[in-house]
Amino acid sequence: MAQRKIRVLVAKPGLDGHDRGAKVIAQAFRDAGFEVIYTGLRQTPERIVATAEQEDVDCIAMSMLSGSHLTLMPKVTKLLKQKNMNEILVIGGGVIPGEDIPLLKAEGIAEIFTPGTPTSVCVDFVKNHVKH
Amino acid sequence: MSYSKEELIKIQEAKDKWQVKVDKTVAKQGERKQPFVSSGFNEVERLYTPLDTPGSYSGKIGFPGEYPYTRGVQPTMYRGRLWTMRMYAGFSTAEESNRRYKYLLANGGSGLSVAFDLPTQIGYDSDHPMSEGEVGKVGVAIDSLADMEILFDSIPLDKVSTSMTINAPASILLAMYMAVAEKQGVPFEQLRGTIQNDILKEYAARGTYIFPVQPSMRLITNIFEFCGTKVPQWNTISISGYHIREAGSTAIDEIAFTFANGMAYVKAALKAGMDIDSFAGRLSFFLNAHSNLLEEVAKFRAARRLWAYIMKERFGAKQSRSWMFRTHSQTAGSMLTAQQVNNNIVRVCIQALAAVLGGTQSLHTNSRDEALALPTEEAVITALRTQQIIGYESGVADTVDPLAGSYYIEALTDKIYNEAWEKIQKIEEMGGAEKAIELGYIQNEIQKAAYQWQKDVESGERIIVGVNKFQIKEPEPTGLLRVDPSVQTAQITKLKDLKSKRDNLAVSNCLDDLRKAAKGSENMMPYILNAVKSYATEGEICGVLREEWGEYVAAVTL
Repeated sequence: MAQRKIRVLVAKPGLDGHDRGAKVIAQAFRDAGFEVIYTGLRQTPERIVATAEQEDVDCIAMSMLSGSHLTLMPKVTKLLKQKNMNEILVIGGGVIPGEDIPLLKAEGIAEIFTPGTPTSVCVDFVKNHVKH
Repeated sequence: MSYSKEELIKIQEAKDKWQVKVDKTVAKQGERKQPFVSSGFNEVERLYTPLDTPGSYSGKIGFPGEYPYTRGVQPTMYRGRLWTMRMYAGFSTAEESNRRYKYLLANGGSGLSVAFDLPTQIGYDSDHPMSEGEVGKVGVAIDSLADMEILFDSIPLDKVSTSMTINAPASILLAMYMAVAEKQGVPFEQLRGTIQNDILKEYAARGTYIFPVQPSMRLITNIFEFCGTKVPQWNTISISGYHIREAGSTAIDEIAFTFANGMAYVKAALKAGMDIDSFAGRLSFFLNAHSNLLEEVAKFRAARRLWAYIMKERFGAKQSRSWMFRTHSQTAGSMLTAQQVNNNIVRVCIQALAAVLGGTQSLHTNSRDEALALPTEEAVITALRTQQIIGYESGVADTVDPLAGSYYIEALTDKIYNEAWEKIQKIEEMGGAEKAIELGYIQNEIQKAAYQWQKDVESGERIIVGVNKFQIKEPEPTGLLRVDPSVQTAQITKLKDLKSKRDNLAVSNCLDDLRKAAKGSENMMPYILNAVKSYATEGEICGVLREEWGEYVAAVTL
């Protein structure tokens, strides 16, 4: 039986409208053989988690450039915990100051990929860390 | 620019001989790349000669201040007056931003440019659930006229021109600005400034839309009409290519999609019964000042020539003011690196120089730390000084359109003009920009180029200094600007306070009148003005409009 493809939800939480990075990473994930669902803009943490459940994803990748990452990313991981969806790998990227990364990791975000990171690094991380 | 047929034949013969020698050199030593592609995705030839620039001087190049304005929209350009040094700024509270504006003005900034936070841009008050974590982060939080009054405290609106980067709720912020002016005793006729007010690019590339297309276009044409008589010096729209380019488009597409959007606005205003010359002279633009200096100069020149053609020949505008492509520019934020941030000072200088050699009317220069955060005072002063050094020390502002006549510049100007026009016509055949956005065509073209760019960077085909070449190990940057979450709590308190002190019956009446107007077809501006003056909040006003008009549903085009 063919192995199920890794399923990734690429999400844009909050009000930020910059989606160049999210779309590039989504396409890179597709090229790497993942099944990718892109949420589009203006996603609430609740919607992201609901879509993740609906789409039965292995990974949620959040892209944020608006500075609200400390508020919105932990909300997603909290909801996942509440709904017993802890198997899902949560990663993030965008304009996120280095000093915030330990805080996000403490909230269950496995890794943050900052500007300049090659997409191959993100792809490899997902391959190596996803519970599949 | 015109060479005789005999001379051109001689040049061609000489070039063919030269080519033989060059081919031998290239066969032996090679060149650094094959092909060379600019950062705007134009292929760059080894050499340009008179053979590459057919056509006469008079028709295509002409004189500054005269159709088709290739060389500039004013006859004296920067000899008369340097471009406006208009630094985009705003963060946290109105008090904090007011301080930054005064700092910039005191240091030689010649115009204001307001950055609003995302809740304000998307019509939410600071206490709305969607505003959580976002208040004051990417710009100033403006919930009501009370905040606007603080924002412009001690700034004389008859002496300073202000650009406001606001789109879906532009009518509301314009109304607030007018209300502040009224309190200062400044007549509307004296107000100078711009609102971005360009909803189509929000749908296609920037994302701060609120309402669906039709009511959004109505608001825009209402503003054209209202300002035409009441605020005649105001630029009612800043038709933008900056964000389209930032999202990853090619240089040609930056112009093509901007102009397709521009044409959609012109058509909408004509459909609403306006005379073209009554509004066209106050349409303005906003371009990206990207890294390939020579390409950018050609792009600006092509833009002027093409918009003039579109307005005069395609739309039949009669007044020369209607033909003029007047633009603001901003150095490309997407080219800033988080690594070795001092390199960004150099990048911004090159990009700013490109905009000046390109003939921009106003310019914002990014600060070195902006790949990481909003700029500190220390960083922003260097960005401003960059413009001043270009203006006062480099000499490029002392003669008009100095790169004209370069075989490369003229050939590339022609190329961008022709290919952008081709693309515009393709979009017109689809049904225009609104249709192209609905179909996802514009978004897909942008995304294709953005992905190609990323592939080129990752393969090493495109070098970004400090990122994929010349990297160093460096410590985490410190001293970055951070917006405190207490700003959100402070705004929420201000809102409670405002709502308890204002005349809530008056607010309610204004909102009722606004709702009735929204249902009808009158010009919305007087109703928005009244609501704003009653201290209805932006969120309350947008709330009514959301109820009446609904919200835009974006198609996911990935």
